[in-house]
Amino acid sequence: MRGKKRKEQSEYFFDYSLLFIVLFLLGFGLVMIYSASAYEAFQSFQDEAHYLKRQLIAVIIGLIMMIAVANIPYHFWERFYMVGYLIAMALVPLVLTPLGVESHGARRWIEIPGIGMNLQPAEVAKLAMILFLATMVCKMGKSVRTMKGFLLMVAMPMPIALEVYLITSNLSSAIIILGISVLMVFVASPDYKKFIIMALIVLALAALVVYMVVSGSDLFAFRGSRIRGWLDPESDPTDTTFQTLQGLYAIGSGGIWGKGLGQSMQKLNFLPEAQNDMIFSIICEELGLFGAIAIILMFIMLLWRMMVIANNAPDLFGAMLVVGVMGHIAIQAVLNIAVVTNTIPNTGISLPFISYGGSSVMFLLVEIGLVLSVARRIQLKEL
Amino acid sequence: MLLDNNKVFHRKKILTIFLICSGILVFLFGRLVYLCVWQADHYSKMATALHERERSIKAARGRILDRNGTVLADNMTVCTVSVIHNQIEDPEQVIRVLCKELGLSESYVRPRVEKYSSMERIKSNIDKETGDRIREYDMAGVKVDEDYKRYYPNGELASKVLGFTGSDNQGIIGLEVIYEDCLKGEPGTILTVTDAAGIEVESAGERRIEPVNGNDLILSMDANIQSYATQLAYQAMAAKQADSVSVLVMDPRDGQMLAMVNVPEFDLNAPYELPEGTPTALTDKEKQDLLNAVWRNGCINDTYEPGSTFKIVTAAAGLEEGVVTPDSTFSCPGYIMVDDRRIRCHKVGGHGAEDFVHATMNSCNPVFITVGLRLGVDNYYKYFEKFGLLQKTGIDLPGEAGTIMHRKENMGNVELATVAFGQSFQITPVQLLTTAASIVNGGNRVTPHFGVRSVDAQGNVLTSFEYPVASGIVSEETSATMREILELVVAEGSGKNGAVEGFRIGGKTATSQTLPRGSGRYISSFIGFAPADDPQVIALAIVNNPQGIYYGGQVAAPIVRQLFENILPYLGIMEYNQDNEQN
Repeated sequence: MRGKKRKEQSEYFFDYSLLFIVLFLLGFGLVMIYSASAYEAFQSFQDEAHYLKRQLIAVIIGLIMMIAVANIPYHFWERFYMVGYLIAMALVPLVLTPLGVESHGARRWIEIPGIGMNLQPAEVAKLAMILFLATMVCKMGKSVRTMKGFLLMVAMPMPIALEVYLITSNLSSAIIILGISVLMVFVASPDYKKFIIMALIVLALAALVVYMVVSGSDLFAFRGSRIRGWLDPESDPTDTTFQTLQGLYAIGSGGIWGKGLGQSMQKLNFLPEAQNDMIFSIICEELGLFGAIAIILMFIMLLWRMMVIANNAPDLFGAMLVVGVMGHIAIQAVLNIAVVTNTIPNTGISLPFISYGGSSVMFLLVEIGLVLSVARRIQLKEL
Repeated sequence: MLLDNNKVFHRKKILTIFLICSGILVFLFGRLVYLCVWQADHYSKMATALHERERSIKAARGRILDRNGTVLADNMTVCTVSVIHNQIEDPEQVIRVLCKELGLSESYVRPRVEKYSSMERIKSNIDKETGDRIREYDMAGVKVDEDYKRYYPNGELASKVLGFTGSDNQGIIGLEVIYEDCLKGEPGTILTVTDAAGIEVESAGERRIEPVNGNDLILSMDANIQSYATQLAYQAMAAKQADSVSVLVMDPRDGQMLAMVNVPEFDLNAPYELPEGTPTALTDKEKQDLLNAVWRNGCINDTYEPGSTFKIVTAAAGLEEGVVTPDSTFSCPGYIMVDDRRIRCHKVGGHGAEDFVHATMNSCNPVFITVGLRLGVDNYYKYFEKFGLLQKTGIDLPGEAGTIMHRKENMGNVELATVAFGQSFQITPVQLLTTAASIVNGGNRVTPHFGVRSVDAQGNVLTSFEYPVASGIVSEETSATMREILELVVAEGSGKNGAVEGFRIGGKTATSQTLPRGSGRYISSFIGFAPADDPQVIALAIVNNPQGIYYGGQVAAPIVRQLFENILPYLGIMEYNQDNEQN
């Protein structure tokens, strides 16, 4: 931009606002995890803080990793882009080996030997994909703008996304990986038309699937029931629809002011995954509309900070890394709140920084570390 | 380092992403506002329904009292024992204790304790002491709720009239059914907040919706008269080895029923016990049929051929229409020819020459057939209808039977002749009593009834029940003539066994053979009222299938006489000056 100065600056930027927002969300999340899980935790483990403790450990490890990553110049990671991609590809099939851990009827975790913690390969894949695409965008330079470059960029995340979907039957993670990729390609390419057409095609396909399900096609047996449940959650409150309906009960009974922290009724085993995917409905029940708006505002501010960092990143690689992280958090937050409010059919997506889930929060913090690392390279003069 | 031209579109695109995501988040917030504000009531209601387990509290059913305030139907406190599967800690102990205390078999208790349900009722209507004992074990998951059970202090008194209630305290037969809405009240609920597994959330406490107790019902029945009439009926039934005996007592001025007896009665506190001597191996249906027979109120549920008591109706119609006067003279040769049929009088030799008053005193069939024929089918039918005989009486008891009568177009002279002396059609006893009462009370067709008013617990009158009265079914003059004739029937005629010394009694006897003819089964009846010149009480006694002597004058009239001997002084109906008596 104008007035570009190449003078050496000793003052570098550290984004305390971003750090504050992340810490706020983490703290808020811990409180809500305790509130939402204490009842069930006591029943299952005779320890009200069972989930809180596990999450706290993950958060602490995550924060340490975040500080470490923030202090490593982000270009250090560039050389690992292919290794990361391959590791992610290799980790996903591991869930089928004896290392795999089954939980909630799905086999999506692998046990890390020795420390007794579980890792979700899909989380690794998201991070690896951000690094990989950011590097690729830089390597391809202007050829990204050609049709061939565009198709290549869209094709590259496909293997991992397919792997996640087919091996762990985790549609939501596959969608997130694809979504992150599309957003990164969108930023890298100056074109709009292609993306608008793509969005329209996706919308049209979604509408077609919904139409076919409604008109009674058996083509999408499992997803079909989810879509029917989405259209009318009170019609047949079983399984996934049950969860949606219980979430709506929670939101509805919270009303404007909420029942007060700790006063949720739905967390008393009525709402499955209360501390996990459905934690936002417990927030709504206990803290009401105002708790919900606080969280939504925090996410908007988080995205805004990342936009500022991306726009001022010292180079394209840094900008693309931040865009990837921003896309990741934005997609998960939007989809999670959309599921909880029954705006889209139910699919398991956790709320970033708040939902219970060790792998998720650790990898998110590593991503925030990357963003902070990019932010540190911004010369204050350029702001 | 970024190139300038790169930066421009990158920044624009990043801004686009931010704006789109923020836009979607704002839209989702809008959706939340919709859910939290517009849909809040809907979802909170559904959620509350989900969170609360309800246990109902029975409302105390209103009492039933007689005209003097004697309690005929009351409530006593009983307990209901239920188990809540999720709260049971020691199922074996629960099963053992419940079997022992409730006297139930383990095969009955075990599946109920082990059944995975929110709440399972083990036994209701157990007495309070047993309930208290079970409560003292203080077993987790066992609930002892107190509620009310209907209790009838007088056992079988007026059993078929009062009726009884079922396990949910709803009326099964009798007045308990008709006055259900007045008596039942509104059940309350205890709402307990539980988690998804049904475990009570202690901090949430209980919400109670208090029951509204039912209102008391005051009857026109007099327990003393009812109980005395029951004694008389049992005596007569035993003396005559009859199948059953019914006694009805009514105030002819307004239709208030003072008593309605159908012996054998049954014990209202054990209505499901079959009478002694019934075989034990019965199917459920056979058992139910037997019970229905036991519970049947013959006075209103069954019809019979009234026989000679119905001559009151024929006489009133004839007098009203002017086809006969008390002084009209007739001659009875012992039979009468109607078309080609020869209908016999009960006195084979005939009564000879007699006026209408004496014909009534003699209960002479040929005279009443003549009166009926003089009226003709159209006129006779007109009075039959005018007297209210084609409709039900409208008594406040369930299952009143209608009249079984020839259709007008099928009625020839022979049918008319038999109807005129009370045969070939059927009415209920209460219908006969009501019609006779209406004829002697000055011509006002009253509605027989028991319910007088409903009162709340403090005794404030909530509703005074009103019953229709059709006035002018016969003229006052005809009514007065009828009273005189019927007084003579008792004083000097076939009803002399109904006479009570010192009182002016009017009445009429009847002896009717039941169908099929020639079976040797008779129904003896007597209808009597007092005082004859100003009827304040009218009674009908019906003896079903008496053995030995079966004439109404000998079998049924004494029942009414004994009844009147006792209840007339009791009711404060003054003894008449001997000078006024006709001797």
